[in-house]
Amino acid sequence: MTAPLLEVDSLALSFGGIDALTDVSLSVPQGALVSIIGPNGAGKTSLLNCISGRYRSKRGRIRFAGHDLTRLSPSARAAHGISRTFQNLALFSHLSVIDNILIGRHRRFSPNVLLDGLFWGPSRRREVEAREEVEAIIDLLELQPLRHQIAGTLAYGQQKKIELARALAMQPQLLLLDEPMAGMTLTEKEDMAKYIVYLNRTAGITIVMIEHDMRVIMDLSEDITVLSFGKVIARGTPDEVMADPQVQRSYLGDPQMFDSIAEGRAQ
Amino acid sequence: MSSGEFIVRHEQALRLFPTKWGRVRIAVAVALVLAFPIFANSYQLGLANLIFINIVAVLGLNVITGFTGQISIGHGAFLGVGAYASAYLVSVVGVPFLLAVPAAGLVAAVVGSFFGIPSVRLKGLYLAIATLAAQFILEFVFKGWTSVTGGTSGMSAGAPHIFGYEIHGDLPFYWILLAAAALALLFVRNLTRTATGRALMAVRDHDLAAEIMGISLFRTKVLAFAIGSFLAGVAGALWGHYVGYVTPEQFGLGLSISLLVMVIVGGLGSVLGSVLGAIFVTLIPEALTTGATMLVPDASRLTDMLAFLREGLFGALIIVTLIVEPAGLAARWERIKMYWSLYPFAR
Ligand SMILES: Nc1ncnc2c1ncn2[C@@H]1O[C@H](COP(=O)(O)OP(=O)(O)OP(=O)(O)O)[C@@H](O)[C@H]1O
Ligand SMILES: [Mg+2]
Repeated sequence: MTAPLLEVDSLALSFGGIDALTDVSLSVPQGALVSIIGPNGAGKTSLLNCISGRYRSKRGRIRFAGHDLTRLSPSARAAHGISRTFQNLALFSHLSVIDNILIGRHRRFSPNVLLDGLFWGPSRRREVEAREEVEAIIDLLELQPLRHQIAGTLAYGQQKKIELARALAMQPQLLLLDEPMAGMTLTEKEDMAKYIVYLNRTAGITIVMIEHDMRVIMDLSEDITVLSFGKVIARGTPDEVMADPQVQRSYLGDPQMFDSIAEGRAQ
Repeated sequence: MSSGEFIVRHEQALRLFPTKWGRVRIAVAVALVLAFPIFANSYQLGLANLIFINIVAVLGLNVITGFTGQISIGHGAFLGVGAYASAYLVSVVGVPFLLAVPAAGLVAAVVGSFFGIPSVRLKGLYLAIATLAAQFILEFVFKGWTSVTGGTSGMSAGAPHIFGYEIHGDLPFYWILLAAAALALLFVRNLTRTATGRALMAVRDHDLAAEIMGISLFRTKVLAFAIGSFLAGVAGALWGHYVGYVTPEQFGLGLSISLLVMVIVGGLGSVLGSVLGAIFVTLIPEALTTGATMLVPDASRLTDMLAFLREGLFGALIIVTLIVEPAGLAARWERIKMYWSLYPFAR
């Protein structure tokens, strides 16, 4: 068996007195689509932030493709091929959609101020290349009509899609998605699910996804990790996780939810 | 106006002026600027020269404040660094003018990057204070480092020569300053359509997301200060040689503030705005003086009063402009263009 692509080993993170994460471990094999679920405030986003370098964990290690990332800055982690989207929109709101996506590609530009200022030789060539590449992403995610719009002026669901496009422009090995479908309409959700499946199964990108919509999770993911109050309380296939009494207890707010989903899956 | 044109190739989209009408407008502007010395008297040439210098300086400040979102209240002092450096290189060391000016830009870039380092940790008001400190420290050096700068009485900028010919007077400087402004415009415009400029704007719009996309905040912010103060240094160097001397008063807080006014009135993060802002802030006070002298018969007896009125009116005009068009003159221009491209359907 080969080593997993991403290995998170007993992370701990706290804010003031609150323990956002305690002893959280996660192992993501190459090519997997791993989901993280849990009630609000469980620490899901915090875990993603630790992986992408936004937060520094108090304890624990993060290994990725044979490298120890624990001490690296976010931009250095990006250079290793980790890309992500955000739960709350984080687009470059004054820039056009195409510029937003081009920035996602930044780590493969290594720009030179002088060449860029003169728009000469390699600089010009790289820009044309980059546009060709970005157009492929625009085609894939069906963003053609939005290309020249200012990102901040678009509808919520569209902005979420552009975040995905920007993350893809990096050509990541690992893609972290923080609630990619939150706030979307049903059709938008279906499209998003389609893209995620394509990216994982066809394009072969390893994905770690946080999502609240249990139906989506159950349909897309074979491997689920459940967080509650900063701790991993369960791990396994959708059916295993749903059957877990501790998981059912942590979702007390909606006791019928798992039954109805289980019924749906049985049919 | 620009409708009905289709962009079908990437090279086309990446053009400096992607639409035909854009190119026509630029051609007209270039023709006017080239023909200007034929009609203009020496006073008008002098004003044009000041505008060119201001355009270079304002572009620099726009790179720092408009494109990267890092406020700087020390920009005037960065011009001073360039002015002193170039004056020293030409008049004391004997470096040729055409080498001394970019070298002075580099000196200012080094000094500016150093004072830009706090921007990595400080934001908003705190960064404003830090750059204000840079202004005062540099002014102190201009006044105190007498052996190099000549102290409060300043120094001669030396006679600039190009290929053995001495450059002197408004007309030769018109061409030199025009070339400098054109190069600076081209440079900054090119940055905005390439990866370097996108990184600057990404840091402005969302620094955390930019970092996650692989953009180093430290490198990018310091780079912004380096580019911006390079342009400031070049502007200062040219100004020094143009007026012939360099004194600390030229590069005080007042200059920094008026450069900020040009950037904001013209439009933050807009290349065209830098031009409009530089023209507006340079010309309006002159227009007010001219207007006043035409209205008041015996102006010479009222000089103090007029100066006071002029400053007051100028301030009021800036406030009105900002209320009417908070996004700057460039935004208004975009709206006018939009109106005509949709005419007669626009409202
Ligand atoms: N920057 C921060 N400063 C202080 N506390 C924080 C910070 N980020 C997260 N927390 C706290 O850490 C805990 C976990 O938050 P986190 O955002 O990771 O939850 P989540 O599982 O993503 O929740 P949600 O489903 O609402 O997005 C919460 O108690 C939260 O208040
Ligand atoms: Mg969250």
